[in-house]
Amino acid sequence: MTATKATSAETSLRQAAIAYSLRLGDDAFILSHRLAEWIASAPELEEDVALANISLDLLGQARLLLGYAGELEGSAGAPGRSEDDLAFLRDDRAFLNCLLVEQPNGDFAATIARQLFFTTYQLALYQALLTSVDERLAAIAAKAVKEVAYHRDHASVWTVRLGDGTQFSRSRMQAAVIQLWPYVDELFDSDDVTRTLAEVGVTIDPPSLRAPWDGHIRDVLAEATLDVPEPGDTLASRRGGRSGLHSESFGYLIAEMQHVHRSYPGAKW
Amino acid sequence: MTDLEDAGGVKGATASRAAAPSSTPHDWPLWEVFVRGRRGLDHTHVGSLHAPDAQLALRNARDVYTRRQEGVSIWVVRASDITATSPQERDPFFDPAADKVYRHPTFYTVPAEAKHL
Repeated sequence: MTATKATSAETSLRQAAIAYSLRLGDDAFILSHRLAEWIASAPELEEDVALANISLDLLGQARLLLGYAGELEGSAGAPGRSEDDLAFLRDDRAFLNCLLVEQPNGDFAATIARQLFFTTYQLALYQALLTSVDERLAAIAAKAVKEVAYHRDHASVWTVRLGDGTQFSRSRMQAAVIQLWPYVDELFDSDDVTRTLAEVGVTIDPPSLRAPWDGHIRDVLAEATLDVPEPGDTLASRRGGRSGLHSESFGYLIAEMQHVHRSYPGAKW
Repeated sequence: MTDLEDAGGVKGATASRAAAPSSTPHDWPLWEVFVRGRRGLDHTHVGSLHAPDAQLALRNARDVYTRRQEGVSIWVVRASDITATSPQERDPFFDPAADKVYRHPTFYTVPAEAKHL
């Protein structure tokens, strides 16, 4: 009987690891797609290149993480899905990214606020994953952590320049902070998946990432002369991405992202 | 021009470059970019770009000029801070050196004992 118990514990651990890799991979993948939407319409040519570089960094992370999720699926019995299957053949309800990364680009300030909030979280998370007992996740984090450190720097310097810029840019940046604030809490939610993995040292439970996040965000917003939203300044927290419940705009994103692959299966160029 | 552009701020992205070319912040100054390669000793001029200030110029230079591992160190210099010779000055500046062969150390006999010259 103990053998059966051990096996079921192993199975639930593997299921948690698959879900967790999909979450991280989908976060990177969907944000990568949003940033790619900026190409050729950023405020400056140089910013086109900067956002495209960040987008490609995220795409690289997504490939590693989705590929790993597919491998884990495979070792459970049937052959797992490839990274392309996971990226292009899942329906919207099967994506496990947080709501923050799928939010529409809005104006440049909204994109920068989204970048600031997400990359600050992602950097803290990858730093924690460096010591994961899961060697693959630790290796992926080691590759990504330098990239994300730059992404956070990029978002931080822009937040300061827009916030502490002109009256107009400040009002747009402040509005963006208020608009995206409701999507922050979801990043730090704990559930069965994160608790299962935290217990064995694969990751740390997300709530413990909140303090470093708050510290950096408060520093940047203070330097940018922006106000940290108080309770009541913003809409209530939004959640659902981790269980596949997404915003309305997500359907359009998925349709645009997947339609070539679905219309021309197996197409190469 | 709006006050936003006067201050070198960033326009809202809702007006794209294509839709409103006149609202592009052309007042962002030009920066000259110098990159030192992995094995190089000198910073070499690689090009120029627009940026609102020095810190962002460095970041833009990183993204535009070192994304394929071209360098390990970047300098940016505001183009307007560079004092350059003008084409009109070219002849008086440089032509007189053309016939001064004696300025090259070619008239000395090098002693056999002196190596590594």
